[in-house]
Amino acid sequence: MIPASFEYRRAGSVEEALGWLAEDPDSTKLLAGGHSLLPLMKLRLATPGVLVDVGRIPGLNYVRDDGDHVAIGALTRHRDLEVSDVARGHVPLLAHVAGQVGDPQVRHRGTIGGSLAHGDPASDLPAAVLALDGTMVVDGPRGRREVQAADFFRGFLETALAPDEMLTEVRVHKAPAGWGFQKFNRRAQDWAIVGVAAVVNGDARVALVNMGPTTLRARATEEALDAGANIADAAARAAEGLDPPSDLNGSAEYRRHLATVLVRRALEEATAARG
Amino acid sequence: MQVTVTVNGTTGSHDVETRMLLVHYLREVRGLTGTNVGCDTTSCGACTVLLNGESVKSCTMLAAQADGEEITTIEGMAAPDGTLHPIQEAFREHHGLQCGFCTPGMVMAIASFLKEHPDPTEAEVREGLEGNLCRCTGYHNIVQAALAVARAGELVS
Repeated sequence: MIPASFEYRRAGSVEEALGWLAEDPDSTKLLAGGHSLLPLMKLRLATPGVLVDVGRIPGLNYVRDDGDHVAIGALTRHRDLEVSDVARGHVPLLAHVAGQVGDPQVRHRGTIGGSLAHGDPASDLPAAVLALDGTMVVDGPRGRREVQAADFFRGFLETALAPDEMLTEVRVHKAPAGWGFQKFNRRAQDWAIVGVAAVVNGDARVALVNMGPTTLRARATEEALDAGANIADAAARAAEGLDPPSDLNGSAEYRRHLATVLVRRALEEATAARG
Repeated sequence: MQVTVTVNGTTGSHDVETRMLLVHYLREVRGLTGTNVGCDTTSCGACTVLLNGESVKSCTMLAAQADGEEITTIEGMAAPDGTLHPIQEAFREHHGLQCGFCTPGMVMAIASFLKEHPDPTEAEVREGLEGNLCRCTGYHNIVQAALAVARAGELVS
């Protein structure tokens, strides 16, 4: 499978990338590791006229301790995040989840910025960032703005990013303990049929993979926990109000059941890790 | 567009289409057909090569993205005199291949994996090879070959 023809430009800086993006935002796409975009282009589901390769922009691959939070450059590869001492020490959930994405070859190319900007509800990292109540740092022609993870994932492959904007950094609060992650699939390297990222430091935040058109939080479970319910009772409400997809890997009904089981396991894991 | 890529130590410059995938560049432009195209969807790992020493799937990368970089393919593993690379030798010794289609990708994936995990457990080897499929289901001996290389401590990058 060969992508449709496109013009290729390699950006040397964020400013250069934004300048090219501004010329024709609707038919220009940013290319980082390419592990979400290139498969879509090979299937001709995406046919950008201009591809701006941001993969070599210097200074966007970092995992930095910024006091109360950890800042991650958008071009940080999954592998870099997986083995980062800062991530492992302060946000082990994120390091762990990065190590669960795809397979080693994918983790050598894919980037956190690319994964989040792609906005696939079946991806693991968006759920981790949502559970960590992360903040996206977005640069564009109107300057820099910050978007909460809760407001970032809008719909199927749709985020709060405007066509002329670029995600440049992700910030997450430190959460050295009190986290759990569950990913259920039937074949190695597959996307999760259902996945759960849970953080229970103070407020409980439970994010779901592949339980709807976008990355979602299990609000009913969170409210139950806040009201003092035990884990089993709270987890039983994990799929309340959600409309998960039916596909070859499982029906919506199966996913709803799976969500209750995996949320329970993730919460048990999170509370065990905290103790 | 013009790309300059060092493949197995030899640098070459070629005019390619921007949409040319790395695997097609290697096979058709550089004439290195040891790298196979299997699923063509980032799943099977048959097209695995090393990019600056790390395993990547060359069906999911543009030749343009390899511009200025170093690629190692299966052809670059054996010594110039034909002496097999220790991983290749372990595949021969442990019968790590049946039809052989997945083998180049398996060898390259193991080369990258052992650099990151010089003393792996069997479970780690199996997880480390999750991006490579063997449709003969010959995984057992592939894993044994990888473990034998690690135990011998003779990995040459």
